[in-house]
Amino acid sequence: MGISVNIYLDSIPWHAVAGGLVIGIAVTLLLLFNGRIAGISGIIGGLYRMQRGDISWRMAFISGLVLSAVIWKLFFILPEIHIKASYTVLALAGLLVGYGTRLGSGCTSGHGVCGLSRLSPRSIAATLVFMFAGFATVYWVRHVLIAQSG
Amino acid sequence: MINFMALLSGLIFGLGIILSGMVNPEIVLAFLDITGNWDSSLIWVMASAVAVGLIAFALAKKRKQSYLGSSMNIPVATKIDQRLFLGSLVFGIGWGMAGICPGPALVLVGTGSHEAFIFLIAMLLGMGVYETMQARG
Repeated sequence: MGISVNIYLDSIPWHAVAGGLVIGIAVTLLLLFNGRIAGISGIIGGLYRMQRGDISWRMAFISGLVLSAVIWKLFFILPEIHIKASYTVLALAGLLVGYGTRLGSGCTSGHGVCGLSRLSPRSIAATLVFMFAGFATVYWVRHVLIAQSG
Repeated sequence: MINFMALLSGLIFGLGIILSGMVNPEIVLAFLDITGNWDSSLIWVMASAVAVGLIAFALAKKRKQSYLGSSMNIPVATKIDQRLFLGSLVFGIGWGMAGICPGPALVLVGTGSHEAFIFLIAMLLGMGVYETMQARG
């Protein structure tokens, strides 16, 4: 009994759980103190509307995200990061992510974390759609396209 | 104070992305590769973030104002329409191509990654295309 529980606990990626809890704390702070949803595509997208009084908090949040890597590096070593996609693929992917998240009103944070947290049917639907689109794309790239070209 | 809390929230969010491993697009792609060498990490990140978020939104629902006195901007839309479906589909395809979504894109730019910078510029362009099309109706 004890052994099987240990094997189960060992299979949980605890750094992922810890990171998720930290993300949850960030969501909580922005929601309860600022009354805002921590949806990153929405926070960036709102800048395009250029409404007075609605710019600085968005820039502050975005700066926090960018600075996080700099602050992390002061205390720890960054984890391994591999970006294997070519510049062309990155540019195309970026375009689709930018356009898609605005048309669909959210991304992994806005729909995935915040939307699921408030049990929004819209966000549950959106999360299912982008997850399955992601599964299908990776399947196609890794198991169809490469198999054909190789 | 509003701006300070936004900065702090963004900073903590980014540290969470790094700690969780989601800053590495390869781990995200390994989650999306369900027929390959599957990595469950992303589900654990989302589940634990949502566990905290459930409490936060339960608290938020009872409030008319935030702790700092601003209004509570919680989405009110309920319709599952074509826009939501198409937008999420397009986003999911882009996400599957590079393994990068908007949050990690910003964190990655902070690491000094040229690749992430290209992704970010393209993402901002994509958002601009959306805004331009909206403005034209």
